[in-house]
Amino acid sequence: MSQHVVPLRVYFTIFATLMVLTGLTVWVATIDLGALSSPVALTIAVAKALLVVLYFMHVRYSDGLTQIAIVAGVLFLILMIGLTMGDVVSRGWLGTPGS
Amino acid sequence: MTTGEHTVAHQFDDAEQQHEASTFGMWLFLVTEILFFGGLFTCYVVYRALYPEAFAAGSHHLDLTLGALNTVVLIGSSLTMALAVHAAQLGRRGPLQLFLALTIVLGSVFLVVKGFEYAEKFQHGLVPGADFVFEGGKAPHVELFYGLYFTMTGLHAVHMVIGVGVLAALLVLARRGRFGAAYFTPVEVTGLYWHFVDVVWIFLFPLLYLLGGH
Amino acid sequence: MSPTQDPALEAPERATHYLNVDYGIWSWLLTKDHKRIALLYLVSITFMFFLGGLFALAIRLELLTPGADVVGADTYNKLFTMHGVIMIFFFLVPSIPAVLGNFLVPLMIGARDLAFPRLNLASWYVYTIGALFGLWAVFTGGVDTGWTFYAPYSTSASYTKVVPTIVGAFFAGFSSIFTGLNFIVTIHRMRAPGLTWFRLPLFIWAHYATSIVIILGTPVIAITLGLVAIERVFRIGIFDPALGGDPILFQHLFWFYSHPAVYIMILPSMGVISEVITCFSRKQIFGYSFVAISSLAIAFLGFLVWGHHMFVSGQSVYAALIFSVLSFAVAIPSAVKVFNWTATLYKGSISFEAPMLYALGFIGLFTIGGLTGLFLAALGLDVHVHDTYFVVAHFHYIMVGGAIMGYLGGIHFWWPKISGRRYPETLARLSALIVFLGFNLTFFPQFILGYLGMPRRYHVYPEEFQVLNVMSTAGASILGAGYLLPMLYLAWSLRWGPRAEANPWRATGLEWQTASPPPTENFPRTPLVTEEPYAYPLREVREY
Repeated sequence: MSQHVVPLRVYFTIFATLMVLTGLTVWVATIDLGALSSPVALTIAVAKALLVVLYFMHVRYSDGLTQIAIVAGVLFLILMIGLTMGDVVSRGWLGTPGS
Repeated sequence: MTTGEHTVAHQFDDAEQQHEASTFGMWLFLVTEILFFGGLFTCYVVYRALYPEAFAAGSHHLDLTLGALNTVVLIGSSLTMALAVHAAQLGRRGPLQLFLALTIVLGSVFLVVKGFEYAEKFQHGLVPGADFVFEGGKAPHVELFYGLYFTMTGLHAVHMVIGVGVLAALLVLARRGRFGAAYFTPVEVTGLYWHFVDVVWIFLFPLLYLLGGH
Repeated sequence: MSPTQDPALEAPERATHYLNVDYGIWSWLLTKDHKRIALLYLVSITFMFFLGGLFALAIRLELLTPGADVVGADTYNKLFTMHGVIMIFFFLVPSIPAVLGNFLVPLMIGARDLAFPRLNLASWYVYTIGALFGLWAVFTGGVDTGWTFYAPYSTSASYTKVVPTIVGAFFAGFSSIFTGLNFIVTIHRMRAPGLTWFRLPLFIWAHYATSIVIILGTPVIAITLGLVAIERVFRIGIFDPALGGDPILFQHLFWFYSHPAVYIMILPSMGVISEVITCFSRKQIFGYSFVAISSLAIAFLGFLVWGHHMFVSGQSVYAALIFSVLSFAVAIPSAVKVFNWTATLYKGSISFEAPMLYALGFIGLFTIGGLTGLFLAALGLDVHVHDTYFVVAHFHYIMVGGAIMGYLGGIHFWWPKISGRRYPETLARLSALIVFLGFNLTFFPQFILGYLGMPRRYHVYPEEFQVLNVMSTAGASILGAGYLLPMLYLAWSLRWGPRAEANPWRATGLEWQTASPPPTENFPRTPLVTEEPYAYPLREVREY
């Protein structure tokens, strides 16, 4: 992984993109998008995170094992949030007293 | 030993195996950090779903300007960290020290700004606990928001402090010529840690600061 | 160099090995040798095991009579809490990985040590610090929340030593993360030439899967218990119902780790069983790749079932349904292992040395524990037996009848390798039988008690349950004796046991190709692996 030297201009391009995305997410927050606000903000955040992970952290040039480890971590986080929210969201569905 | 050389530890066959093991080890540690912060993000998602107005109200009282400034500062520090690793890769001792120092400075700026934000919260009674004060309804739920705000940014800040400390140690070692093109693994794995802390903030910023429709 | 020319194998009493290479307390406390670190852990966890056992003894003493004759309710709450906290966080989770795993993983893959020896030593120190916090909590009044620390009792109502206990568990958790991290990197990066994944011993597969569970799960319990401590210390209420906090959210986060934690506790034991069954059947394992992949399947599915601890908590019925179905699914890979072990025994040349007795006991008792787990996975039945002794019996069948039997079987199996000595076989077989009988007398009555309705975590019970409780307590004393005996004769063997050869069991595996005890660097030269695993029957001691 360290064998691959990322050219400096890549780093600066990524940094500039991150700045643009940061400005974008702040600007979008001032507009009322209703239900779309969260998905848009999250999408921008994911995009920024991907840029940092792939280029600053060199995952773009890493071996498969590293990539699998990261995917596994994210996957299990999503599972934890997903199944927990599944409970929270569906608690009132049965309509029985006290549920 | 000459600049940048490093003996291979006895359990490894060669320097390459040692390097691969070290970076993979740091990645596994970062996976644990994903789940560590992940517990807090889970709490956030649940409570935001249950109390959206209270979360928006709480977010509204955070200082968006300072939050955005800190985001720029932290991403900037990620850039300088990447440049430090790059310099080490190419055996450029001077730039390595410069970029390590810049990363430390930017990280410290972030922490100082955070300190100001926290102090302001104390003044306005927005710290959870017996003295929590919020006019505008749904005060208990807003207190929950601030509980998450302080634990999430607080845990993040603890990680930043540790990172700055490690970077300072690296700077000392770099000045002594310990790193070069043949060996710079500590710089590299510290860089991974630092970037991870940046990624956490990339999510914290919109989730905490951008809900209130400023 | 053939084995017959290796002086360490010829005349072990004159050879230098990892035990006699250096003397003095600092050569132990500052060691980076994985084998010495394994022994440091052995001492620590054995101490914690007997401390946890003392609390069990106190519980069973109180439950001899229906009334509150030995302790009152508050003290009883502390007894079962501390029994659980100590046994789970300070004994079961580290036991096999930190002792047998640390000792054997490098040996089994032909490496000189783990990837990060200093991290390994650090993990023992972190464990010890955690244990000291736990002991401090115990001796300054104890904690009474149950090992499950449910909010809001743990966050705002309990006046006991919750925070020190949490700090102790937190440190113990990080200790296990260091160990798991070390194992994953080592197994991926440091296997000997020729040792492909499907030539690995199943013990390694088991520890690999366990380590993945540790990495993904433990941080969640760390932050969850951390939030309880933060709420107690700083009054920042994340689970406080008065603020709109959700105690069920605590349970989700808690069990997200604590269910996979039971697989952390059982998978390594299953790895031991695979090694022992093949050796004492003189037969290749049946379905090697199925057993290997089933470890990964258990690790993965184990993360999807945690809600089965929460069927009556207020969780939504729809979530409960999903967790119930997935809980049935997770039993499948465990069953695959049991079938394959049984098929390995079939037409094998079976002998009944002590490790084999423990392994056979494991198969039977784990099966009972696993099947009763299916009872509990069924929503309707769980509503009836949740929080009764049925659950207590279920998990003790797995953890004691399963995990601890595997641990003891493994200690005996690898004792010659670890110590260079043979243990007394007849006494060991007797102890295994005492453990088996004592265990069943202790815990089988508890299935009946639970089904009849005796709740857990109560210090008093209706008169009609006394007979079964007395049986259970009697069994516990027998079980205790069964655990004490190995302590005594294993210690005895260190000084007076006959010296062991390199491969006293004539088993396959790289660890048996080096001297007993091994030299510090494990192998005079790195082995080259050319054979499939479990190539029984062995013709002669392998050349390397």
